[in-house]
Amino acid sequence: MLSRPASWKGLAASGLALTAALALAACSSSTTSSNPLGSKSAKGTVVVGSANFPEDELLAQIYATALQAKGVKVTDKFNIGAREVYYPEIAKGAITIIPEYNGALLTTSVDTSSSAATTDEVDAALTAKLPATLEILNPSTAQDKDSVTVTQAFATKHHLTSIDQLGPLAASMVIGGPPEFKTRTDGLVGLAKNYGLHFKSFVPLDESGPITLAALKDGKVQAADVFTTTPQIITDHLVALADPKFNFAAQNVLPLVYKKGVNPLIISTLKAISAKLTTAGLLAMDKQVILGHASYSSVATAWLTKEGLPH
Amino acid sequence: MNFLRFAWTWLTSSQQWHGGDTIPIRMVEHIGYSALALLIATLIALPLGVAIGHTGRGAYAIVSLTNIWRAIPTLGLLIIMVVWIGFSPLTWLIPLVALAIPPILVNAYEGVLVVDPDLTDAARGMGMTEWQVLRQIEIPVAMPLIVLGLRTAAIFIVATANIAAEIGIGGLGRFIIDGLASNDYGQVAGGGALVVVLALAVQVLFVGVRRLLVPVGLRVAGRS
Repeated sequence: MLSRPASWKGLAASGLALTAALALAACSSSTTSSNPLGSKSAKGTVVVGSANFPEDELLAQIYATALQAKGVKVTDKFNIGAREVYYPEIAKGAITIIPEYNGALLTTSVDTSSSAATTDEVDAALTAKLPATLEILNPSTAQDKDSVTVTQAFATKHHLTSIDQLGPLAASMVIGGPPEFKTRTDGLVGLAKNYGLHFKSFVPLDESGPITLAALKDGKVQAADVFTTTPQIITDHLVALADPKFNFAAQNVLPLVYKKGVNPLIISTLKAISAKLTTAGLLAMDKQVILGHASYSSVATAWLTKEGLPH
Repeated sequence: MNFLRFAWTWLTSSQQWHGGDTIPIRMVEHIGYSALALLIATLIALPLGVAIGHTGRGAYAIVSLTNIWRAIPTLGLLIIMVVWIGFSPLTWLIPLVALAIPPILVNAYEGVLVVDPDLTDAARGMGMTEWQVLRQIEIPVAMPLIVLGLRTAAIFIVATANIAAEIGIGGLGRFIIDGLASNDYGQVAGGGALVVVLALAVQVLFVGVRRLLVPVGLRVAGRS
């Protein structure tokens, strides 16, 4: 998940959209406490923020719903903007909790030169380098990252579940991805180094968007770089192959919190969510929100209910 | 000035000229896509434009439609084609042909329409058939405008065929898109410069086409 689809980038880049988002968040946030800094609740008072793309807003809604059910007073500040915008806000405590992706957090805001790849490496690097005001809680197994994705039919035919099974097939496979995939260290270069894979050829496509999905369906490519929570993985019957050697750095969903703003009740509630959140679960929720246009709150509540979490 | 230096450094490094995926190969691909698209657009738009200009039938509807057609964003059409029909030559041909039809059609129509009625009336009076009037009077007289339409369409196509690279095929757009994706601005600038050179070459080519197709008697009038 080094790069998001262009539309999200566009939003992130747009100061106007940001201003509008902040204004909206300020006007329409469904607060249970009109002033989070006044009238301290015994169970805590927090501001839950989110980045400006659907999946992060959904995750923030899950955190907010569960915390409210536990009696914590929650103010929503969803859809703030890109990490460059919200990160300084949480570092100084204007936001208390935000759903994050550990790898992207590390390489865009904390240590841009880090080469940590596995979940443990990334979390260790974050713990070591985050400012003293911030901490990450336990990672969920849910990841939104680049992948080598094939069609279900191709996976079934060749009994594929993981990238390391591609060895005998790669030489006859055409792989697609964004143009930079050809030269990026975690693109073709990494697949050759980590898995010894040398594909027949590379076709430059888009960033996990309509062109990539069409190329996979059409058979123009047999594998492509698709983000692991792209909802079309479900609707187009695709399989994101496992990446046991972490060619693509970990992008586990986890809560980033402002230390002074949280208490043991809040931490245990968030940890319980991370313990239950999986990539498949997140993918299914993304599908409902992005393709089904369901509301964030209904999808969040339904998932919390199903997982036996407070809602 | 940076642009020129980037472009020059990239264009003059030998690896762009020898081996696979080089400038000559991309150039040939780009010219191939463009020529095919121009040929198809001409086969569709030229007879239609001439027919409408000659008969006057459906002129308003077709010309209005064509002008609205111009508003279709070529890149948007390309993405829709990918989603609808997947990856075939038609995927990139349809947007490029759609781009080239309006200038060819409208110029052919206008060219034939404005032929002096005295000329055609005189021709009919001499006993020429409608076909002969079209072949021997209207088309030759309309030729300067027809060639102008073809030239405009050809430059549109050459400058836009870069979008083929969006869907993973070749052409000079490959350099621009791959360069942008890997922050290699020399490649972007060099690729852009090559497209400009190609567009200028098309311009020059059509000076020759014009000389070949426009009747001698009309050249002076055309220039004045």
